[in-house]
Amino acid sequence: MDKALQDQIPTFGKSDKAAQEVGLSNWSALTSGPGVRTWLEVAAIALVAVVIVGGAEILLTVFEVPQYILPTPSKIVTALIVDFRFIGPHIVITVEELLAGFAIGGAIGFVLAAVITQFPFVEKIITPYIILLVTTPMLALVPLLILRFGFGSEPRIIAIALAVGPMVMINSATGFRRTDLAKIALARSFGASTLQIFLKIRVPMAMPMIIVGLMVGSIFGLLTAVGAEMVGGAEGLGNRLAYYSSLIRMPQFFAVILVLALIGISIYVLFFWIGKKWASWEA
Amino acid sequence: MSTSIQSAIWRPAASEGDARAQPAADSVKLRVEDATKYYHTSTGSVHALESVSFDVRAGEMVCVLGPSGCGKTTLLWSMAGLHPLTSGRILIDGASVTKPHPKVAMMFQEANLLPWRSLIRNIELPFEIKYLKVADHRERIDALLQRVGLAGFDHKYPRELSGGMQQRASIVRSLAVDPSIMLMDEPFGALDAFTRDEMNLLIQRIWMDTGKTIIFITHNIAEAIFLGDRIVVLSPRPGRLSRIFSIDFERPRQLDLVTKPHFIELLVEIKRSIDHSGGKGTSAVD
Repeated sequence: MDKALQDQIPTFGKSDKAAQEVGLSNWSALTSGPGVRTWLEVAAIALVAVVIVGGAEILLTVFEVPQYILPTPSKIVTALIVDFRFIGPHIVITVEELLAGFAIGGAIGFVLAAVITQFPFVEKIITPYIILLVTTPMLALVPLLILRFGFGSEPRIIAIALAVGPMVMINSATGFRRTDLAKIALARSFGASTLQIFLKIRVPMAMPMIIVGLMVGSIFGLLTAVGAEMVGGAEGLGNRLAYYSSLIRMPQFFAVILVLALIGISIYVLFFWIGKKWASWEA
Repeated sequence: MSTSIQSAIWRPAASEGDARAQPAADSVKLRVEDATKYYHTSTGSVHALESVSFDVRAGEMVCVLGPSGCGKTTLLWSMAGLHPLTSGRILIDGASVTKPHPKVAMMFQEANLLPWRSLIRNIELPFEIKYLKVADHRERIDALLQRVGLAGFDHKYPRELSGGMQQRASIVRSLAVDPSIMLMDEPFGALDAFTRDEMNLLIQRIWMDTGKTIIFITHNIAEAIFLGDRIVVLSPRPGRLSRIFSIDFERPRQLDLVTKPHFIELLVEIKRSIDHSGGKGTSAVD
């Protein structure tokens, strides 16, 4: 018997449409579905994690894979703990740059999205430049930015903002374009001004896509932050990656990668919970 | 039960019947004068309304009836100030309507609640927009919720409510700002027949208690006869005033009215007149 049909009787008609629309809770294969339901499922997930990590440990040891190619998980974690005082400050720097670039890029991206959906002609003008920004890896621009702004944080923050902005803009604009004429007519019938309609109807309606845009933008921003630090500058996690790999201290190298993965997961979880709070009406 | 039926044809002739069908000038709440509307779409021009004129008296319940394409919704949107007429005008209390009137509330075919807000926040929406303090109207809102049977559902979200309950919530939202005119665009069309009967009784009850002027659009003849003091029939393509019927069944009308012979005769007469004027899409009982 088909499991999918067992739990629900489909409702025909308008209510189905809402379920198909892309929103925060169903925008990727990772987040669709009813999610973890029983302790059995939690145990299964934990078991697989143990098998992967433990298996890697065992296989790498048994096959005597040299440490300079891929260290065992235990060595990576040990290196992280032992050398944390060397890695820790750089975490702060990377996260600070990410936050600054994200705030700037996100704000500009959001405002631009609002403007181009209100004034379609503006969209025609700036779309080519936005596409240029999205397709150009910002890393390639970092050396140029360093020439202009020096070796401090500024070039990296600018690169991060340029990476975050278009993502936020494109997703927010998609969200704003999902107009529901009925809701706008409703607000107008009560005498709402254009600004009121924007704040009370358009923004909440676009919120799921805005949050998706922020999440994707921040991941792009993280990638750009690390890349920019690898290319130029003396600080940050990207710099640590370059440093440790040049000294062939691979346990520390992978420890930094582990930290980056944890940052990325935290970002994802953060936005997932924000989405649950602010955009779960879509579910 | 008194059951006099009168159908009056709108033309400027002085006769007994006409006096009933057209209200006295001094009590006219809303007047439609020569309303004409053309839409400009990508495929050409659509002639939605042509010279529609009629008056609505204060405290009346007027049903606008007609098949699809007769411009009923267009007319209602013009009354709501949501879009302008190509020519002609709509007057409320003598003043021309150019934008949404503060004392007019509109209901749509679906409940049209904002899904990201709870019920009570939805009801507060018009107050926010009009910069009114909700606290001053709290009592009325609670009384209305009680009366439509939604007391205690304040913090539910629209997705947790059935279609009928959502439409009730939108009734509360419309009445909460205490409008003097209510415009209703086939509000019960999306509901099943049982719920629709309940809602018709509810609207009749609310109307009788509050004395508001209501303009109610429907394509369902039985609903129009049940609810209306007068029925304005529009014929389609373009929407033109066809006839105005005066309904004299006594109030409050009960659901079993639809089974009475006089009701059925009137329904048949109205249906015949609509079919003759080119409207094939009207349902007698839906």
